[in-house]
Amino acid sequence: MIPMIYYLGLAVVLFGLGLVGVLLRRNALVIFMSLELMFNAANLVFVSFSNYYGLLDGQALVIFVMVAAAAEVAVGLALMVMIFRTKGSIDIDQMSKLKE
Amino acid sequence: MSAALIVFIILAVIAVAAALAMLLSTNTVYSALYLIINFIAVGVIYLTLGAPFVALAQITVYAGAIMVLFLFVIMMLGAEKLSEHEPLKWQRPVAIVLGLALIGESVYALVTRVGTAMISNPAAEKLADPKALGTLLYSKYALPFEVTSIILLAATIGVVVLTHGGKKEEKQ
Repeated sequence: MIPMIYYLGLAVVLFGLGLVGVLLRRNALVIFMSLELMFNAANLVFVSFSNYYGLLDGQALVIFVMVAAAAEVAVGLALMVMIFRTKGSIDIDQMSKLKE
Repeated sequence: MSAALIVFIILAVIAVAAALAMLLSTNTVYSALYLIINFIAVGVIYLTLGAPFVALAQITVYAGAIMVLFLFVIMMLGAEKLSEHEPLKWQRPVAIVLGLALIGESVYALVTRVGTAMISNPAAEKLADPKALGTLLYSKYALPFEVTSIILLAATIGVVVLTHGGKKEEKQ
């Protein structure tokens, strides 16, 4: 038996690190990776509660989250490739055309 | 300290260290490799929680397919290293403070609300049954399951349209 708070605490720390990564880094690809980290933390909470209640529903939801994450990464990376082709960089500070 | 707790602590340390290394490394390829380590550590945690199907899906889909896609795009764009110049000087410290504040607040909420709930480890036998998970996906969650297939189809078409459109513009 392990206290559930350990698992939830690990998920919180991973989610917070992902959030800090989104705010800190300027490289769009690293921002995408930080998003994946946050998805991962949410999945960890789903699986912990699935274990706690003895129900499989949490695991089913993790499958759906994985599908959404995979679709998001595919479209996001295609956008990155397009932005790189037009701007020659994936630094998000350069994507400020709407501001000008 | 039980063996399960020791295993959990080792995996948690690996996961957090890999996440930190991902944030701090300047080379994007190293970031992607550290993230793979993080995904595998979390996958093993799923295994100890009694979710073998989710654990292996995590390793094949996340650590395998998605991260290979990342590495492929990084190497294709040649975006391993970006100069991290800083136009907004105050943004970085504020981001760190706010991120740590969110972590602290969440941990406080956990400590006051979750209390002494325990995870059973090893997990109940019926949780670790991929057949039951499949039956659940095709019965109770049949509609969301079909919707995810539409999401994947839309993502596929979107990617093809996005990358193909670029080629046409270059020709004109």
